[in-house]
Amino acid sequence: MEKILEVKNLKTYFTLKSEKFGAKPEVVKAVNDLSFEVNKGEILGIVGESGCGKSTLGKTILKLNHKTGGEILYKGNEIFDLDAEDLKDMRRKMQMVFQDPFSSLNPRKKVGTLLAQPLLIHKLGSKEEIDVKIDKVMKEVGINPVYKGRFPHQFSGGQRQRIGIARALMLDPEFIICDEAVSALDVSIQAQVLNLLLDLHDKYKFTYIFIAHDLAVVEFISTRIIVMYLGKIVETADKKELVNSHLHPYTKALFDAFPATDPKGRENRDPVLMGDVPSPINPPSGCYFHPRCPRVMDKCKLEYPELKEVSSGHKAACWLY
Amino acid sequence: MDKDAYTSRKLASDQDKDILLSMEDVSVSFYTHRGIVKAVRNLNLKINKGETLALVGESGCGKSVTAHTINQLIPMPPGKIENGKVVFEGRDLLKLDEKEIASLRGDRISMIFQEPMTSLNPVFKIGDQIADVFLAHHNIKKEEAMEKTINLLKLVKIPAPERRIKDYPHQLSGGMRQRAMIAMALASPEPGLLIADEPTTALDVTIQAQILRLIYDLKQDIKMSVLLITHDMGVVAETADRVIVMYAGRKMEEADVYSLFEKPSHPYTQGLLNSLPSNKKYEDAARLEAIKGTIPDLLTIGSECPFENRCPHAMPVCRESFPDETKIDDDHSVWCHYVEGEDASPSSQLVGDQGEK
Repeated sequence: MEKILEVKNLKTYFTLKSEKFGAKPEVVKAVNDLSFEVNKGEILGIVGESGCGKSTLGKTILKLNHKTGGEILYKGNEIFDLDAEDLKDMRRKMQMVFQDPFSSLNPRKKVGTLLAQPLLIHKLGSKEEIDVKIDKVMKEVGINPVYKGRFPHQFSGGQRQRIGIARALMLDPEFIICDEAVSALDVSIQAQVLNLLLDLHDKYKFTYIFIAHDLAVVEFISTRIIVMYLGKIVETADKKELVNSHLHPYTKALFDAFPATDPKGRENRDPVLMGDVPSPINPPSGCYFHPRCPRVMDKCKLEYPELKEVSSGHKAACWLY
Repeated sequence: MDKDAYTSRKLASDQDKDILLSMEDVSVSFYTHRGIVKAVRNLNLKINKGETLALVGESGCGKSVTAHTINQLIPMPPGKIENGKVVFEGRDLLKLDEKEIASLRGDRISMIFQEPMTSLNPVFKIGDQIADVFLAHHNIKKEEAMEKTINLLKLVKIPAPERRIKDYPHQLSGGMRQRAMIAMALASPEPGLLIADEPTTALDVTIQAQILRLIYDLKQDIKMSVLLITHDMGVVAETADRVIVMYAGRKMEEADVYSLFEKPSHPYTQGLLNSLPSNKKYEDAARLEAIKGTIPDLLTIGSECPFENRCPHAMPVCRESFPDETKIDDDHSVWCHYVEGEDASPSSQLVGDQGEK
């Protein structure tokens, strides 16, 4: 399979302002030594709770954040080494769809203007060609092109998210990062947008990274899944494998915590995972999950387990395996 | 059948001594500069003692407005309760004056909200805020109130409550803040009804599971009733006893939770369940069965079935009138012309003929 993106030992740290004069500044290790690959045409789901670093990871891959260390190779080229011209070219191929369509669309620009902007910035096509393209893309995402003179506030949340997707499509990208792209939508609208993303995937063979906190959504849309906790990958496998035989206790806790769509047997569910997600400023010693882990051992408190291949394509970072 | 006869028959059949709260034919509108927003239309509901009733629906379906009508937190104007009764322990809440309703709030009816950070006061310590409820509703001293507060924080499983009472809201995590809110709601002398408006929507899924379990356990221990407002069918499946599915201000289906998930009868309920990617039927599916279209504008809605423009079974009659009640089972009703037509013995009832243009 052709690799489109390779991430090697990626680190993104944020230094907080020290509160006391002369004190050592605190560091948040938002993305803490991650390595993974994305194959062409796959949908890689990244799931985790708030503060696990999934959004930072998505932004760093597009160079919307700095990196502290490691490599991000897009088709073999390090993104952070590109000059301005090459970076602009690369960005044409890599697009992002954001969570909140209210704040990611400029409220003072008409939809047609918003959609034309990427093409104008990249100097692609004449005015007529751009117009034709806007009509085509709007139809593609299910919005009647006669509405291109409207402002974002005149659309519903679901339609606005469709416009966000249309904007990403304007440059004929190869690779799209969806950061919580359906989280703000009502469930019936969420289903429509998920179907749209899958239709586009089938038609154009995009590669997606789909970042979400909602396990059910990630499970439905992805072909492969990465589970993150406090800046680390705790488990990764093909979708089927992860759903049917997940190994890491945190992955199990995520699946257990997800509300069932059937009230039957709710009295006899497994006990829920206790405790809070620890602060990423001061993660626990050893395995970051050990204070909440139901299967904690002495070793877990001392040393962080490496991400190991347990079976083909299935990796877990846990001392149990 | 006239309305009063219906109501009395209904009350008698439900052994009204067990009913804590009932809403009868309640309509709420908002008079805006763009026109009249019909937020809730002819809603009937009842909550029995010790029961969890879930109001489920998407944004704009009127579920929060319903809750705020009970607590009288609707800003008037622009809001207006057009008609109906809200009977709580034999008293019509809509007829009480501001002082009487204020003494009920926090005393017999408590509420927790979606985002605890905005409902807790950021400049007061958690302990003091909860103790305030004791001081307002019980005739006790400050020290005693603090002691009771610590006990309550233990009850909602906040670790080290003696230290936590000295924390400010921003020092607690999201889950802990929601626990503190629940503790505050339980600080009333005899909690009767807890209204939980999207209590776990802002929380991570492992924390959500903890809070849902807590509400479920507390309800068993304290025997209070819960009105749970949520958009999440998963949350309903985990906690509710009975469910009302709302859409654009109308009640579409009402059932006990097992019956609803086993035999969802309204096309909207079916669509809502089919929209969930976690639905078991999607294990190998390539696409979700989404409901087409979007929610209608509440400004222009008339007496038709509001789901008509998205419904796969829409018929001409759906555009003309809102359907009457069709009984599927003892504790399972649906308001749908299509189901009515399918069903041989519809027991037609009250709602439907009062919608206005």
